[in-house]
Amino acid sequence: MDIKTSILLWIPLLPLFGAIVNGLFGRHFSRPLVSAIGCGTVGMAFVLGLVASADIFASNGEARLVQSVYAWITAGNISIQLSFLLDSLSVIMVLVVAGVSFLIHVYSTGYMRDDPSHARYFAYLNLFVFSMLVLVLGDNLPVLFVGWEGVGLCSYLLIGFWFEDPAKASAGKKAFIVNRIGDLGFLIGMFLLFGAVGSLSIDDLRAGTAQGLIAPGLATAACLFLFLGATGKSAQIPLYVWLPDAMAGPTPVSALIHAATMVTAGVYMIARLSFLFAISPTASAVVALVGGLTALIAATIGITQKDIKKVLAYSTVSQLGYMFVAVGVGAYFAGIFHLMTHAFFKACLFLGSGAVIHALSGVQDITKMGGLRKKLPWTYWTFLISTLAIAGFPPFAGFFSKDEILWKALSSTSHAPWASWVHLAAYGMGILAAAITSFYMFRLVFLTFHGKSRLDPSIHVHHEMKSMSYPLAVLAGLATVAGWVGASLFGIHSFADFLDPVVGAAQKTAVVMRDFAHNHSIEWAAAVGSVAVAFIGLGLAWLLYIKSPDTPWRLAERFRFTYRLVFNKYWVDEFYEAFIIRPIHAFSVFLWRIVDVVIIDGFGVNGPARLLKGIGHVGRRLQSGNVQAYAFWLFAGVAGALLYLALAVGVI
Amino acid sequence: MESSFPILSLLLWMPLIGALLILLVPRDNPKVARNLALAVSLLDLVVALVVFFSFNPLARGTQLVEKWTWIEGLGVSYHLGIDGISLLLVLLTAFLAPIAILSTYRAVTDRVRGFMFSILLLQVGMLGAFLALDVFLFYIFWELMLIPMYFMIGIWGGARRIYAAVKFFLFTLFGSVLMLVAILVVFFTYHAQTGNYTTDLYLLYGTQFPVSVQMWLFGAFALAFAIKVPMFPFHTWLPDAHVEAPTAGSVILAAVLLKMGTYGFLRFAFPLFPEAAVRFVPFIAILAVVGIIYGALVALVQKDIKKLIAYSSVSHLGFVMLGICALTPAATSGGLLQMVNHGISTGMLFLLVGVIYERRHTREITEFGGLAKQMPWYAFCFMIATLASVGLPGTNGFVGEFLVLIGTFNSDALPVLFGSPMAGQVLAGVAGLGVILGAIYMLWMVQRVFFGPLANPANQKLKDLSLREAVVMVPLIAVIFFIGLFPNFFLSRVEPSIQAFVQDVRHRSQLAQKIDREPARLATHILEEVRHDQ
Repeated sequence: MDIKTSILLWIPLLPLFGAIVNGLFGRHFSRPLVSAIGCGTVGMAFVLGLVASADIFASNGEARLVQSVYAWITAGNISIQLSFLLDSLSVIMVLVVAGVSFLIHVYSTGYMRDDPSHARYFAYLNLFVFSMLVLVLGDNLPVLFVGWEGVGLCSYLLIGFWFEDPAKASAGKKAFIVNRIGDLGFLIGMFLLFGAVGSLSIDDLRAGTAQGLIAPGLATAACLFLFLGATGKSAQIPLYVWLPDAMAGPTPVSALIHAATMVTAGVYMIARLSFLFAISPTASAVVALVGGLTALIAATIGITQKDIKKVLAYSTVSQLGYMFVAVGVGAYFAGIFHLMTHAFFKACLFLGSGAVIHALSGVQDITKMGGLRKKLPWTYWTFLISTLAIAGFPPFAGFFSKDEILWKALSSTSHAPWASWVHLAAYGMGILAAAITSFYMFRLVFLTFHGKSRLDPSIHVHHEMKSMSYPLAVLAGLATVAGWVGASLFGIHSFADFLDPVVGAAQKTAVVMRDFAHNHSIEWAAAVGSVAVAFIGLGLAWLLYIKSPDTPWRLAERFRFTYRLVFNKYWVDEFYEAFIIRPIHAFSVFLWRIVDVVIIDGFGVNGPARLLKGIGHVGRRLQSGNVQAYAFWLFAGVAGALLYLALAVGVI
Repeated sequence: MESSFPILSLLLWMPLIGALLILLVPRDNPKVARNLALAVSLLDLVVALVVFFSFNPLARGTQLVEKWTWIEGLGVSYHLGIDGISLLLVLLTAFLAPIAILSTYRAVTDRVRGFMFSILLLQVGMLGAFLALDVFLFYIFWELMLIPMYFMIGIWGGARRIYAAVKFFLFTLFGSVLMLVAILVVFFTYHAQTGNYTTDLYLLYGTQFPVSVQMWLFGAFALAFAIKVPMFPFHTWLPDAHVEAPTAGSVILAAVLLKMGTYGFLRFAFPLFPEAAVRFVPFIAILAVVGIIYGALVALVQKDIKKLIAYSSVSHLGFVMLGICALTPAATSGGLLQMVNHGISTGMLFLLVGVIYERRHTREITEFGGLAKQMPWYAFCFMIATLASVGLPGTNGFVGEFLVLIGTFNSDALPVLFGSPMAGQVLAGVAGLGVILGAIYMLWMVQRVFFGPLANPANQKLKDLSLREAVVMVPLIAVIFFIGLFPNFFLSRVEPSIQAFVQDVRHRSQLAQKIDREPARLATHILEEVRHDQ
């Protein structure tokens, strides 16, 4: 095994080491030491990731490394290796995950400086990085699943980090449970694939798919179950409900886990298994449709939210929807492209919101902010750049990746006869959501940073800290330039070419080009359309929140029902509560109080016991104290038993 | 393979010697009794480790066999041996004894000698039941376990200890009596067929019965074991027994005694009556899945932590039974590993409940809240046990559940036995819901006990784990992660015996032959359905 291969294991192990050291002994360490261990191990993981990917960059994505560590689970026909795979897809993920994590760790040294549970925080955060790296490096589905559930655990621990607040602890629990529902889908998908191929390693599955071992119907079933897992992890309809609540966690956690990395795991998984999704146009269409619908609905909710983090949370759900549109229409590289750019600008937005909240000592309501532009210049400018990126203004990163997705949805269809309509619908929902995105993001910027201050006069605005500003600057820089690697509009295809060895074949299988797919004028027209809707959103936001700031409230009054419907998030949580959670609870009480206590114990156990007690009263008369009588009954009993035995055995 | 040194006998009888020595300790010196019991159990653990490492993992058959004639006229022998199936359970038993004894240092102050005597006697019964290869010998040990456990609940138990102890005793006895009758039938039938009397298990495996008789005999054995597991609907003794039992009793009850039931299916019920067994499998598998969901749902609404964990056992043991019923090496190995996993994680949870009960004399969930603030190490240990219990990957619980589910899902036996191609998928799918419910009831309980404000004044001065309590946790945590990361260390030793079990049951029940004819038909059937769906 050459050195580059044996490096792979160390990429996740370093953060794990940091987590263990800080978790067990961190409370006895000084704060700088805890921070150094936390940041250092993640930084080193990033460097190791760079070293390991050298060949893959040099070969433009062709090379790959596989490290088999040991045989993990072997039983019967099941044999699972603990092994890691680094190819062009996992290179991007490793570098994005480790890189963004490092920046957020640095930011956290400032943000969490005064928290008494500083060491516990860094231990959890490192544990998360470990799990996420296992997820993206896993060479087979069970190892991927280790990371998949591991990030869920860390998400649970970090959302409920301030566990003394019952609402925060509850939000963590909700995240874990909703993810678990998805995880069962993931497991069943795995079981189906194992039944067909007899292995769960990515390479074997790919080979099995190529050999036709996976029948189309089976592939559809497996993909849909896996996608159920993805809707849990990546907060898509119907399992998105945990993500907005997850904002209860510390803001750097929201930036890292609930925006940049963990929630993109579902997109990564589909790209990883693109060869499988490609042979199921049905499942792919479902993915695209659910993605489009989520992008649109979450964007509408984003309009009405007043909590700065909640706006960004729904925005994340919405942007993840775009990524699913991409992988659903077979544009796997575009999904990963948007995943990467989104990681930069959304992390920047969340960290920016954290800087605002930190400066205002905990205020999160944007209706009580305003005019912070001058007081928080670093935050304002980086936030603005990232807003331009997410809203899809060129030349910022989000424009290129989002436009790529929309164009691919518009210009392609698949082998399913009705896919043509699905792709068009996905495009339609996507472009509409793009306008809304631009609107709610500028609403956020205007309400927070522009206009007059609506701050409570008692609040003193703190200065910006360097440990927080520098990561913001780096991320804003990335949010500006990261799109250029894949600006296919200008004929730059480096990103797609780099991923081609992993997802290229699947894309060819999945996609049927429309006749105008190579027509550059139409492509340019579509791009102009995307920019136009971004301007419409910006213009509307300017009208409503700068020009005449009273209008929004009047509109909300005028369309009261619609406003309340959207503001209350379409009452989806309430629906789940009333139709799923309560009935299960009531049924459980019934099983306990009635089935266990009354039926089984009452009739089944204590009933006969009482009966026997009654017989016992009769029987007491037999206990006369007469030894001969006892002997008689003893004899009769034994004889009866033997007679029965003899009959049963068939001797008589 | 005859072993020269009777190491299994040493393992088996050492606790008895310890128990007898304890009787010699003066009544007013409980400390000596405790330390003696601890020393004996630790020594026994060392012997168990020697047994474990002298076990040849590659061999299929029984090893370290000791066989002496005992009652010649009836063919009763003192026949001990160990294979992959009993190996893990013996090690588990020996591993948990010192831990259970350490947990009593503050909890049991009354009649300490009696308690230590009981716990060591119980140890003899459990080890004997796992090691015995003679049904008569097995039955003696099986009944022997009952008595010390009865006293542990009845004397050192909680407020309703008499009710719980009697219920425990009667439930188990009811099953045992039926089993005894069935054993006698087998005994006489063997004599009728061969002219010899024997109680040697391996000889009795060869007894021929008409299927109709097998059904009755299997039913009797299965009922005895199902009560012990306990399977739904024979589980209602368990919550009462657990709630009333002292911590050490709960730990042993959950970790080892329940495994007697599942072990009984593997060692006795299935191999003795394979044809009846496979006919019963659909019924048992459905009860197992019902138990998984039922136990989880009822656990969800419990107000007492210990009762919640007791019901979770019903759910977890359902996975074990499902794994056995799937009759595939993967699922059955998973089931066996899950027996150990449940012993470790549930044993640890009961220990932890004991820790808080000693401090607060209540286990009502509503009495707590915010304990993580006051007792961080306690919360840490509880969290690890919880994660193992909900089967998080990296912990032991995942490996067992994963193998059971994937083996059941893709079982080639279940579709044939149910006569339905989707049987395995449906059972595993429904059982999988139990995994979700497991996370719900555990995390909800954890939230109410550990998170939120530390509002109750009674909890504000609670002390975190003492050194003794922490020392008990360390080996348990180590095992949780060791099995989670290196399950093959155990699976490889289990595998040959499980393979043999599965093949033997399949072969003698004619199931193997049916499956040989079946796969072609099934595969085409599935493919047709798939095409139809397209």
